[in-house]
Amino acid sequence: MIRIVLPHHLRTLARIVGEVQLDVDGPVTQRSVLDALEALYPVLCGTIRDHATHQRRPFLRFYACLEDLSNQSPDAPLPDAVASGAEPLYVVGAMAGG
Amino acid sequence: MSRVRVLVGTRKGAFVLASDGKRQKWDVSGPHFGGWEIYHLKGSPVDPDRIYASQSSGWFGQLIQRSNDGGKTWEAVDNKFAYDGDAGTHLWYDGTPHPWEFKRIWHLEPSLTDPDTVYAGAEDAALFRTTDGGKSWHELAGLRRQGSGKFWQPGAGGMGLHTILIDPSDPNRIFIAISAAGTFRTEDGGQTWKPINRGLVSKYELPDPNAEVGHCVHRIAMHASRPGVLFMQKHWDVMRSDDAGDSWREISGDLPTDFGFAIDVHAHEPETVYVVPIKSDSEHYPIDGKLRVYRSRSGGDEWEPLGKGLPERDCYVNVLRDAMSVDSLDSCGIYFGTTGGQVYASTDAGDSWAPIVRDLPAVVSVEVQTLA
Repeated sequence: MIRIVLPHHLRTLARIVGEVQLDVDGPVTQRSVLDALEALYPVLCGTIRDHATHQRRPFLRFYACLEDLSNQSPDAPLPDAVASGAEPLYVVGAMAGG
Repeated sequence: MSRVRVLVGTRKGAFVLASDGKRQKWDVSGPHFGGWEIYHLKGSPVDPDRIYASQSSGWFGQLIQRSNDGGKTWEAVDNKFAYDGDAGTHLWYDGTPHPWEFKRIWHLEPSLTDPDTVYAGAEDAALFRTTDGGKSWHELAGLRRQGSGKFWQPGAGGMGLHTILIDPSDPNRIFIAISAAGTFRTEDGGQTWKPINRGLVSKYELPDPNAEVGHCVHRIAMHASRPGVLFMQKHWDVMRSDDAGDSWREISGDLPTDFGFAIDVHAHEPETVYVVPIKSDSEHYPIDGKLRVYRSRSGGDEWEPLGKGLPERDCYVNVLRDAMSVDSLDSCGIYFGTTGGQVYASTDAGDSWAPIVRDLPAVVSVEVQTLA
């Protein structure tokens, strides 16, 4: 079971209370977790990753286990603590003014 | 008794202002989508409770929201705006080719006959359409491919398609405007397009007096009874066309400055036009700190200042291009919003004004619905 913590605006948009918990088949990576998240909440498509390129939107960050994973390959394995559900994956809005 | 609903898009959310036909007491609902930029909301003319909203954010990108109950509840619909085929390039600020990149939807224009059909104007400039109530969007790529698209260039505010006017007498004829490319017309429902910028002069931006594109059109407006007559607020200059855009002539006349963004037409008087003069292209506020709407009852050239009830001093707000609208009650109401968060209304065609609200986030768009 994977745990994901989304920023306030995306929780509101997807009508999510608290953490998201979901299962991922196969390797636990940014890509597989976000694919599963978007399958569960289609309204989030395009809000975390660009529709066309599937790249992380510039002002979002991915954190877990006190590490910034934002610039890691989307196919790199996430930390074991995320894969086991001991720690959540945080999707965070970067400080971007305004 | 008739009612009025004012749909206000701001930098930090949407607001729905409602009143009876007297337009004296207003209920304010919002913020809807608090924290998001709402570039534009507009209701369907055939189903006024069907409202579409463009919701965007620098963090989370573009969303489109739809309401089926007049703005009480909303549902997100499709937000995938993909340029058709190989998107190609336009000109960048430095004159080099730059790939088309979707940034946001500036304007939504529901069909005059079908609540499920909506046109959407995008930055980078392109026109999209849904025919299924927002479940899917498809580009009308003939606009970008009509020949001049590769020469379009963004203005300081981006390269947005901000105006969409549908001819009530012929829904296949549509006028659009892009900053800073100009105005375009289709006669076949959006398959093919023609630039219609003859007569526009932008001598400081375009040395070529016959430049087909490159004009920074800020807004165009028409009266439903005369779709061949168009009024334009350009970067500088207020313009008029009497031949559906084939040619334009300047009608700035005695305006104190002809820079501005918003322009609209009285609901019952096709020759009565409203603008909000702004001091200059770098000083985006009224002259001498006095907020004034100017009205021409002669289709241009002769303008009168309207200031009763508007700030007399120390007012340095802007009125953006989509932030003026009119109702169609017997005594025509005029409405506009400011970057200072005020929405002003006049129930007597501009003779006097009062704020409906005065402390919203910066207002980006104002649309008015006159309801039975």
